[in-house]
Amino acid sequence: GMSGARALRLLCVPQESKSFAVNMFKGQINTSQVFPFPSVLNEEQSQFLQELVGPVSKFFIEVNDPMKNDALEKVEDSTMEGLKELGAFGLQVPTDLGGLGLTNTQYARLVEIVGMYDLGVGITLGAHQSIGFKGILLFGTRAQKEKYLPKLASGEDVAAFCLTEPASGSDAASIKTTAVLSPCGKYYTLNGGKIWISNGGLAEIFTVFAKTSVKDEKTGEMKDKITAFIVERSFGGVTSGPPEKKMGIKASNTAEVHFDNVRVPVECVLGEVGGGFKVAMNILNNGRFGMAAALAGTMKGVIAKAVDHAVNRTQFGSKIHNYGVIQEKMARMAMLHYVTESMAYMVSGNMDSGASDFQIEAAISKIFASEASWSVTDECIQIMGGMGFMKEAGAERVMRDLRIFRIFEGTNDILRLFVALNGFQNAGNQLKNLQKALKNPLGNAGLLTGEIGKRARRRVGLGSGLSLQGTVHPEVAHSGDLTVKAIEEFGATIEEMLLKHGKKIIDEQFVLKRVADSAIDLYAMVVVLSRASRSLAQGLPSAQHEKLLCETWCIEAYGRIMADMKSLRSSSSKQLFKNLRAISSALVDNGGVVSPHPLGF
Amino acid sequence: MSARVLVGVKRVIDYAVKIRVKPDNTGVVTDGVKHSMNPFCEIAVEEAVKLKEKKLIKEVVAVSCGPQQAQETIRTALAMGADRGIHVEVSGKDYDNLGPLQVSKILAALAKKEETSLIILGKQAIDDDCNQTGQMTAALLDWPQGTFASEVVLEGDKVKVIREIDGGLETVRLKMPAVITADLRLNTPRYATLPNIMKAKKKKIDVVKPGELGVDLTSHLEVLRVDEPPQRQAGMKVETVEELISRLKEAGRM
Repeated sequence: GMSGARALRLLCVPQESKSFAVNMFKGQINTSQVFPFPSVLNEEQSQFLQELVGPVSKFFIEVNDPMKNDALEKVEDSTMEGLKELGAFGLQVPTDLGGLGLTNTQYARLVEIVGMYDLGVGITLGAHQSIGFKGILLFGTRAQKEKYLPKLASGEDVAAFCLTEPASGSDAASIKTTAVLSPCGKYYTLNGGKIWISNGGLAEIFTVFAKTSVKDEKTGEMKDKITAFIVERSFGGVTSGPPEKKMGIKASNTAEVHFDNVRVPVECVLGEVGGGFKVAMNILNNGRFGMAAALAGTMKGVIAKAVDHAVNRTQFGSKIHNYGVIQEKMARMAMLHYVTESMAYMVSGNMDSGASDFQIEAAISKIFASEASWSVTDECIQIMGGMGFMKEAGAERVMRDLRIFRIFEGTNDILRLFVALNGFQNAGNQLKNLQKALKNPLGNAGLLTGEIGKRARRRVGLGSGLSLQGTVHPEVAHSGDLTVKAIEEFGATIEEMLLKHGKKIIDEQFVLKRVADSAIDLYAMVVVLSRASRSLAQGLPSAQHEKLLCETWCIEAYGRIMADMKSLRSSSSKQLFKNLRAISSALVDNGGVVSPHPLGF
Repeated sequence: MSARVLVGVKRVIDYAVKIRVKPDNTGVVTDGVKHSMNPFCEIAVEEAVKLKEKKLIKEVVAVSCGPQQAQETIRTALAMGADRGIHVEVSGKDYDNLGPLQVSKILAALAKKEETSLIILGKQAIDDDCNQTGQMTAALLDWPQGTFASEVVLEGDKVKVIREIDGGLETVRLKMPAVITADLRLNTPRYATLPNIMKAKKKKIDVVKPGELGVDLTSHLEVLRVDEPPQRQAGMKVETVEELISRLKEAGRM
């Protein structure tokens, strides 16, 4: 098993979910969260946000020096001070506690600016407020909020999120840091060590996850469950190591944090005792949209560099933007940016509208954004040629900064499993209901007729009756049709996989990965359909261009999804997975490459 | 000290924007173009706020003349520390024809109405480069003026202004009330912080019409045509001095 499965049990979604992703796994379309594209800011919020964009951009253009920060492996002191004065440390803290009280959408817009200019600073700020003290915002008592948030908002105190340990990365539920309740019941004694903690060396306030002994309600047995704590460095016993030397985001402080018999008052328990895993997953889930927003900003920045180069560079007698090879690169970069940006603001918009089940979409947006930005920056360097490889151009730093985004805050590999398994579980529940109904067919005639009818139509190649006509703008109707076909194929494949593997689907990671890839492509299709539809409806000057982006994306995504689903249902995929497994096994046995050198030595 | 300072702030096309002339040559393209506070006005606001922080003056009032968007510029001044704002509503044709003479009449009327001790303006706006409003305002009010200020020191009921002039620096001492225009080296404007922008939302902006101030906006200037500067021509390399002379003669330059 893996923590993904355990995460599922804790982030279970009710039967009637409005999430598009949840429903697509069932081969159904629920458009309530995706159409129309969310517009969640009222006039006052929008105007206020516009006033903030200027000063934040100005600060990053004129004051922050990303090259200096990278070279120093530290955010310059004067810049840190400036960021605190700017108010950048408490963007989402309520105004009555000293923050700016921004909504998720407003936060996303500002974080996009940071992402464009300096990801090292972005992580410093994100580790502080997106995860570092987010737990206090989400789960803190009024007393905890009043005690900690004001100084965190001003930046007087910096925060850090302490979950990862040497033996516990993706498998977060296996952490070994312990917190033992004192006999008097007034404090916990915390012991353990955390690694790779962003802001670990700077923070005063730590959100720490540790195993606590909790009595099981039903059995009366004592069990080890994770509890979240607010730990102050001033409690004593908290030490942090030297800054780790990293490939990228060098300006961000990453350090080990050790807890040696730290006394943590019971008032510092965050959320429920034993409910720490849920706290951790919710914090990470809640902060994910921020990553997509920041990376959309990063992409916009590097695309501008690439375009500038392509427009000015002459080779073989023409500006290189005239060549097809360059044109394809630039077009793909634009699509990847468009999808990412649309996902970021779709998710933040849903969150601001009060949606509670957005975890699949948030996970998808993190996976997509981190991979898209890597690919886009890579292509930017390629377009720039040798110049792109040079420090001066500023692109190589972005590339180095981006690598970690596919790893931290939930590796993309784990998140893919999470997306697939979450989807399977919800689809599986529906199948279970169906199986129950089959045991009592007369009492469930309506449900059965509908389901049987759906399968019958599918068998003879007729559509399921699903449609996006009337929802998407008529000018992108064809893309809407492709999306519907893809959802039908996807839903059918999910069902087939469930029927074939049952509960064992959890272990079929080759299948899960491919299912997740298609889920991501599907959500991406819907998101750009929604965004382009809105732009067309609003008659924006860019609407025709956005239509192009949407249609081009949908054509290719449709192709990928259909191919993947077909291969999953074919018998040859089983052989393929078997082969892959066998190759890997041999590497493990051999400690490396197995085939002997072609030269024999 | 009941001294009140009036600061004029103008909304101009942002300095970083590439200016384009409208196809009908009547002006430059402003629709959808990024605008911000004139940099010299930022310096003026900064100086006024600094005086207030030193407790030498009591209130800073930011004034802007223009359509609804002028309020964005006033809000920036409020976020920098101005206490309240006055938006003099001018739009349409009146706004197109609004120049230093009209603005100085407005400022003069406001200065009298608001019992002002000091008017601080930017030395010029980066769109029209007129460099006239401060001087005209002082003349209309019959107040002393200290233009191109690189340093301002309040001394009781007088103000010492060190001015940047062609030959170097000139120091003048003015009896208040007076008009000062800010030059580049007067100060470095502070960045508006996000919490201050939020607090600025609660500060008051009064809206007045020029008519209420008894000001006639009629312009005596008519812009006939706006053209882009001539395209820079390619240069030419020559091998010898003789060739240089003959080419210059051909071009009618000698």
